[in-house]
Amino acid sequence: MKRELKVEKKMMGKNDGGSGASDRDDRPGEPTQPPKVSRRGVLRLFGMAAAGAAPLILLPPVLQKASDAGRVVESQGEPAKGPGGRIRQWTMIIDLRSCDGCQSQGTPPQCTTACVEGHFAPEPMEWIQIFEHELPGGGTQFIPTPCQQCQNPPCVNVCPVAATFSTPEGTVLIDQDRCIGCRICMAACPYDRRFFNWGDPPVPPEALLADYSPEHQVPAKKGTVMKCDFCPDMVRAGTLPFCIQACPNDAIYYGDLEDDVATNGKEIVAASRFLSENQAYRLKEDKGTKPRVYYIPGHGEAVGRDTADEGRLPTEWPWVERVKGAKTWRR
Amino acid sequence: MEEMSSWRQRLEHTITAPLLNTSRIYYLWIAFLLVVIGWGVYAFYGQLNDGLIVTDMRDRISWGLYISTFVFFIGISHAGTLISAILRITQARWRTPITRLAEFITVVALSCGAIFVIVDMGRVDRLFNIILYGRWQSPIVWDVLAVTTYLTGSIAYLFLPMIPDMAFLRDRLAGRVSAWRLRLYSILAVGWVGNAAQKRNLGSAMTVAMLLILPIAVSVHTVVSWIFGMTLREPWNSTIFGAFFVAGAIFSGIATLIIVMAILRKIYHLEEYIHEKHFIYLGYMMGAFALIMIYANISEFLTTGYKLEEGVEFHFNQLFREEYAGFYWFYMLGGLVLPGLIILLPWTRNFWGILVAAVFVDAGMWVERYFIVVTGLRVPLMPYEPSSYSPSWVEFSIMAAGFALFALLISIFVKIFPIMAHWEVEEDYELSLASAAPAPPPGAAAEPAGGAN
Repeated sequence: MKRELKVEKKMMGKNDGGSGASDRDDRPGEPTQPPKVSRRGVLRLFGMAAAGAAPLILLPPVLQKASDAGRVVESQGEPAKGPGGRIRQWTMIIDLRSCDGCQSQGTPPQCTTACVEGHFAPEPMEWIQIFEHELPGGGTQFIPTPCQQCQNPPCVNVCPVAATFSTPEGTVLIDQDRCIGCRICMAACPYDRRFFNWGDPPVPPEALLADYSPEHQVPAKKGTVMKCDFCPDMVRAGTLPFCIQACPNDAIYYGDLEDDVATNGKEIVAASRFLSENQAYRLKEDKGTKPRVYYIPGHGEAVGRDTADEGRLPTEWPWVERVKGAKTWRR
Repeated sequence: MEEMSSWRQRLEHTITAPLLNTSRIYYLWIAFLLVVIGWGVYAFYGQLNDGLIVTDMRDRISWGLYISTFVFFIGISHAGTLISAILRITQARWRTPITRLAEFITVVALSCGAIFVIVDMGRVDRLFNIILYGRWQSPIVWDVLAVTTYLTGSIAYLFLPMIPDMAFLRDRLAGRVSAWRLRLYSILAVGWVGNAAQKRNLGSAMTVAMLLILPIAVSVHTVVSWIFGMTLREPWNSTIFGAFFVAGAIFSGIATLIIVMAILRKIYHLEEYIHEKHFIYLGYMMGAFALIMIYANISEFLTTGYKLEEGVEFHFNQLFREEYAGFYWFYMLGGLVLPGLIILLPWTRNFWGILVAAVFVDAGMWVERYFIVVTGLRVPLMPYEPSSYSPSWVEFSIMAAGFALFALLISIFVKIFPIMAHWEVEEDYELSLASAAPAPPPGAAAEPAGGAN
């Protein structure tokens, strides 16, 4: 038929010594091969691709403006300012010499308990958690660990929707109304300080009245990430965070690096001197996260703890029991 | 000419037969897949109601089966577009009967993979926050962009070479299939009549598509690896992660292509077009990538294991000696070394050998994806007891539904679109006849002579 004839012709062309490529181009119905790729052609292609991709780069900022919610201003208080009008830079200094994991009290760690009660943190979240770390010569030390409020926060870097963000005061907060629950921040955090609402978090009746903001994560929301928020709302109002108030040994100091002052509720120290003179360090400094939480080395010796006294009582969530049908999960 | 016209008729029959006749077994198969998918949807409905608590993921191992299945699917999506683009660009003529299948696997695997990221989200209702508030700094956003770009590109790349076939079906199946289907073919044929201008345009469009698709394909699996690589986790802290994932993706992609090819060849009697040599050629590619993977594993494990920094010792123990050692050695020996050997040894280098190797490769690569995710998260960050994770029935059900969806989409595809690029196979046949008129060409012409009648 028609098609066959063409092939025949081409075969003849071959036999005649005619070039197959030249007659292929101008004959309808002939098989074609992809055209040869010239360098200029390739460059033009990449140019076109770049031009085509440009709207992709421009689009999200435009959308962000359009949605008028690119920022989280409404959910965040005005940054606190010191006497000179400079923005406060919140810090926490934890004196490990005074922390015995509440062994002497015979209770679960009071800082964790107060935090759990004050924030209605769902079980098993311990926004400030006492880790027991083995010492090189045997025995242990206790390390109360809140969110380290990094200045190079891996969690903020990876969040796809800016649900977790750094504030001018140097804290890291989470907007649970925006969080999509992808949990990449949990993978990114090198301190294991992020907690997920795997199920419907229990909410006590009194929490229903709470005015939610990223600085006051009450009530908890299913499918979102939570963590220690450093209680900037409390310190702005003139009270210390729950954990510090509750510490029986006054081991935790809260302060403002900008004003160079810190307090544990009993005494006031000059933050920089206090840090330097006591060889303060930060957790995993080699990770480059630049935490705002400092530690003064120790193992509870100031309150008479021996390194060989191992173990602490497990954290409890008494308020959860008051919520009917509360669901909890393992850590 | 007698022979050529009978060859054409057989090709046309092979191409149109699956579109015209459907067996009862096919419907049973579809019903089975729908049941599996339905079960997965039911499980997902429960997960939407109760939250991710129905999975076994928890704070410390916060990603699991869903994310590893996502990574695996994105991996096998490299079956198609990349392989077919590489073969096109190098003008490997043997590609013609398999490119269509390969490209279709890409589109289907990408769609299935994307579902698993959504399934893994704690707040599916806020999916569009990614668009409203997307941040360029986040690897998740890179991923969303790369995957959607790749999906768009792959659909275009699947569609372009299908235009002449759509016109062919539009003309040949008139009156033999339902009206909606003809309508579909005629829409997708976009007015193709096969004149020289159209052919030239199609040729340039395909060149553009294949040049664009190569860097996109490489970027996709690179940024998938960066979801892990951009975190401060010791086992994921690797500069070769991107390249490693891309190599693994192509590796598992080739294996998947071999498996799907073998199944469809059997069911739709494509033996005349897809020969053992196709499996062996793909086997060579797979073997080459097995070597690349072995090399990548050695350089990865040696550079970290030699120094044994904080956390690495724990990671090595869990991979090679303790909890996950059985699976991990299966991946190393069964998923990399064994397939390499099968392809290397002449007496196992045949259809069945390559098929078995491909099954091992896919199983091994799935294991690798799973353990990269889970063991990476399991290394303790602070002084606490290492967590454990064993996926719940919900997770397994949704994963099964994902694989069923993959099979379902391919099964539906072969009933609507031609399995092979009809015009390319025909063109290749004509070219081979034309270029080697006196002597019979090695591949295509030798077969029909034996296979006639």
